[in-house]
Amino acid sequence: MATTQFTVDGKPARVDGDPQMPLLYALRGDLKMINPKFGCGLAQCGACTVHINGEAVRSCVLPVSAVQGQQITTLAGLGTPDKPHPLQTAFVQEQVPQCGYCINGWVMTAAAFLKKNPTATDAQVRDALAGLKCRCGTHVSIMRAIKRAQAQMV
Amino acid sequence: MNNHTRLSVTRRELLGSSGALVVSAAVPWLSGSAQAQGSNMKKPALAPDELDSWVAIQPDGQVIAYYGKVDLGQGLEVAIAQIVAEELDVAFDKVEIIMGDTATSLNQGGASSALGIQAGAKPLRNAAAEARRLLVDMASAKLGLAPGKLGVSDGVIFALDDVGKRVSYAELIGGQYFNTKVEWNKKNGNQMNVKGKAKPKLPAQYTLVGQPVSRRDVAWKVFGTGRYVSDITVPGMLHARVIRTPRAGSIAEAVDASSIQSIPGARVIREKNFLAVVADKEWDAVRAARLLKVTWSEAKNLFPTWEKVHDHIRSAPTLKRDDSEKTGDVAAAFQSAARVVQAEYEWPFQSHASMGPACAIVDARADHATLWTGSQKPHYARDGVAKQLGLAAEKVQGIWFIGPGSYGRNDAGDAALDAALLSKLTGRPVRVQGMRHDATAWDPKAPASVHRARAALDASGKVIGYEFTSRGFSRASIRSNESDPRDSLSGMEIGLPPNIGVGFGTPEESYGFNNKLLAWEVIPALLDGASPLRTSHLRDPVGLQIHFASEQFIDELAVATGADPVAFRLNYLTAARDQAVVKAAAEKSGWKARSSARRDLSADLLKGRGIAYAQRGGTILAVVAEIEVERKTGRIWGRKFTVAHDCGLVVNPEGLRHTIEGGLVQSLSRSLFEEVHFDKNSVTSVDWLSYPILDMKDAPESIDVVLINHPEVAPTGAGEATCRVVPAAVANAFFDATGVRLRRAPMTPERVMAALASAS
Ligand code: FES
Ligand code: FES
Repeated sequence: MATTQFTVDGKPARVDGDPQMPLLYALRGDLKMINPKFGCGLAQCGACTVHINGEAVRSCVLPVSAVQGQQITTLAGLGTPDKPHPLQTAFVQEQVPQCGYCINGWVMTAAAFLKKNPTATDAQVRDALAGLKCRCGTHVSIMRAIKRAQAQMV
Repeated sequence: MNNHTRLSVTRRELLGSSGALVVSAAVPWLSGSAQAQGSNMKKPALAPDELDSWVAIQPDGQVIAYYGKVDLGQGLEVAIAQIVAEELDVAFDKVEIIMGDTATSLNQGGASSALGIQAGAKPLRNAAAEARRLLVDMASAKLGLAPGKLGVSDGVIFALDDVGKRVSYAELIGGQYFNTKVEWNKKNGNQMNVKGKAKPKLPAQYTLVGQPVSRRDVAWKVFGTGRYVSDITVPGMLHARVIRTPRAGSIAEAVDASSIQSIPGARVIREKNFLAVVADKEWDAVRAARLLKVTWSEAKNLFPTWEKVHDHIRSAPTLKRDDSEKTGDVAAAFQSAARVVQAEYEWPFQSHASMGPACAIVDARADHATLWTGSQKPHYARDGVAKQLGLAAEKVQGIWFIGPGSYGRNDAGDAALDAALLSKLTGRPVRVQGMRHDATAWDPKAPASVHRARAALDASGKVIGYEFTSRGFSRASIRSNESDPRDSLSGMEIGLPPNIGVGFGTPEESYGFNNKLLAWEVIPALLDGASPLRTSHLRDPVGLQIHFASEQFIDELAVATGADPVAFRLNYLTAARDQAVVKAAAEKSGWKARSSARRDLSADLLKGRGIAYAQRGGTILAVVAEIEVERKTGRIWGRKFTVAHDCGLVVNPEGLRHTIEGGLVQSLSRSLFEEVHFDKNSVTSVDWLSYPILDMKDAPESIDVVLINHPEVAPTGAGEATCRVVPAAVANAFFDATGVRLRRAPMTPERVMAALASAS
């Protein structure tokens, strides 16, 4: 048993239990923050992505004890229907999601990348998003949405 | 953002806050005080022949339509709402679709064979038209004017010669029920239909159907304000992980419960060969499943290994052959041939590999139960759970929440029946979710197959005989729905007798070859029981397999006879709509006629263009693939695609384009990357490394879609047709680029390198 304290979307959070438990289970189970999804548990798909101090991290393989004192942002903290992140606006406008289960991974990963590389070329964007999965095959509209968001962000 | 998205966000947020009761709570006025107030205040029992089972007018004039299929994110919800709004003459925004809850919608078959509109909209169209007729009759009585003197605009009925005389749907029946029978065709599932006295509109009268309308399930998915099935929690529930044998056919001989003693609350649940662990916290169930020590019985070596599966298919006994699709005298044609062209093609086992492992929750009580499922056929899943629990179907409510992707019979059905068994055995609500290997290694697979094609040519090069035979594992060794526990892993593990289905399929096309035979042969399953290589429906079942072969062979015939692949197809296609899609795809893509491959093997980057065409259940389409081949790495990039698509009446062009794109990209992934690997005892494709799919760098740069609208033809499916033409279009483009045929899928870099090496 151990206690880990951190913030999620600006609010303090505290989790007791196995320090080796991946952050994803702490977020979804203990804290009821359901936006990060379980896709693989193996850092192979991105569905569980959150930001830790602004960096995109796959929460399914990160022990919860590693985030002591860190600032975590989930999709719900990135933007809301009233104050959307430009990527969220663009993903809605391009009607990207099919099942939508992967979307957390794409938006969170792209948001962290574009923050540092707002003018990235298509090829750079494709590179930065390597390894993320979308089983429904929405890739082409994801690229359209990212282009659209980039136009808003610069 | 447009108004539609705003509306849906708000609605979702509202619903989301009520948690697990979301779906029943979504019909607020059902339980409202209105219900007590008189005969039209009582909703008749849910039955197909009751108009109230299909549509309802709420006190504020909003319309609810109850849809007995589900929308998996391809815009069906919007299309159905458009159709209902059209027939009722209300604004699109007034219509809400409630779907996938067995308590409020009928069994229209669930998501099935891309029939969401083709079959699923029929009863709703008729019911909405009938509701409008009844409302106009009511208005006629109320206003003292003949129905013919009345018009309807956005739910308000008015006198045509005096618009001041008016009454709204809400005033006429809001919050009450029609209590009117409609004529039911006595069919359940996909074929269910009803008719009233009203005639639905003619397509020429449509104002809403055919318009591009944005989806209403997009915003909540992008903002994370709604719930997937895996986000549902039920008070008091246990988390479970099911442990499946590491070697197909072997069983747990001993289970050492003490190996998980250190995990709080974790325990072993076992019934015959069904084995699981449960715990109060999800992570504890995950840990327990990893730690549990099990002694498994000896390996049975039942599988031929993936490398040898096609040899196995060729040499295995034939369980069933169908050669009923035959015209003319094929044997005689081959005897008199001046020349025979033949080829053989191979397709691997493939996995649904949904984005996340399936999840289900069952709360089984002594005399009733509730199921929360991501199964795309929630009514059938409810039936299966009821049987698993020994309850009557009407004692079980199935509630659908969207799952992590669904393209047929994936692992969702097994999760539902696992959860049912575990809830029965523990007396608690149980939530089951798989780990990654459950989704990839243990989902029902699309069958591996071998396809033999041959054509007899006369001296002039005309095709005078044609024979195409598919041979493989059954398209569905377990049924495409989970209504019978015998078709589930847990059912087989507790000893229910297997329920083997046998069938395959033939190419769908209109080539007018004289003396033509389209046949299939099915071989026995490798294991009649809980097998990781059970087969069942995966998006466009056997469509990719068959048309990868048949449409590549058509290309081979074009080359063999010195014809351009487009011209060759146009020459033999007999249906005008089929010719039109081929022409449209060729024109839009800027097709340049050619009669042989470019065969320029000198450059590092080889470019090619290929076409393929097919029908699927009335839908017709052609696709042109433009690809690049990296000669040094063997990588194929499907850079640009042009699709010409004819599915009759186009209901919503925006939704249709997205659906076509998604299907194309998923099929491209299956064409280039996907192959289930297995050794003699187990599937070794267990995750995204061992079962790779398309990555962003492999996504096409552009997809051009030409929609050919035929308002006079009833709409047919669009969710699957595109999938079947992509593999051959890519293979034909590869031939154009290299002069080499790739007759085995997937067309991986290794296979490309091998093919190029053997050609040079
Ligand atoms: S769930 Fe974390 S990367 Fe797949
Ligand atoms: S939208 Fe379904 S996995 Fe991406």
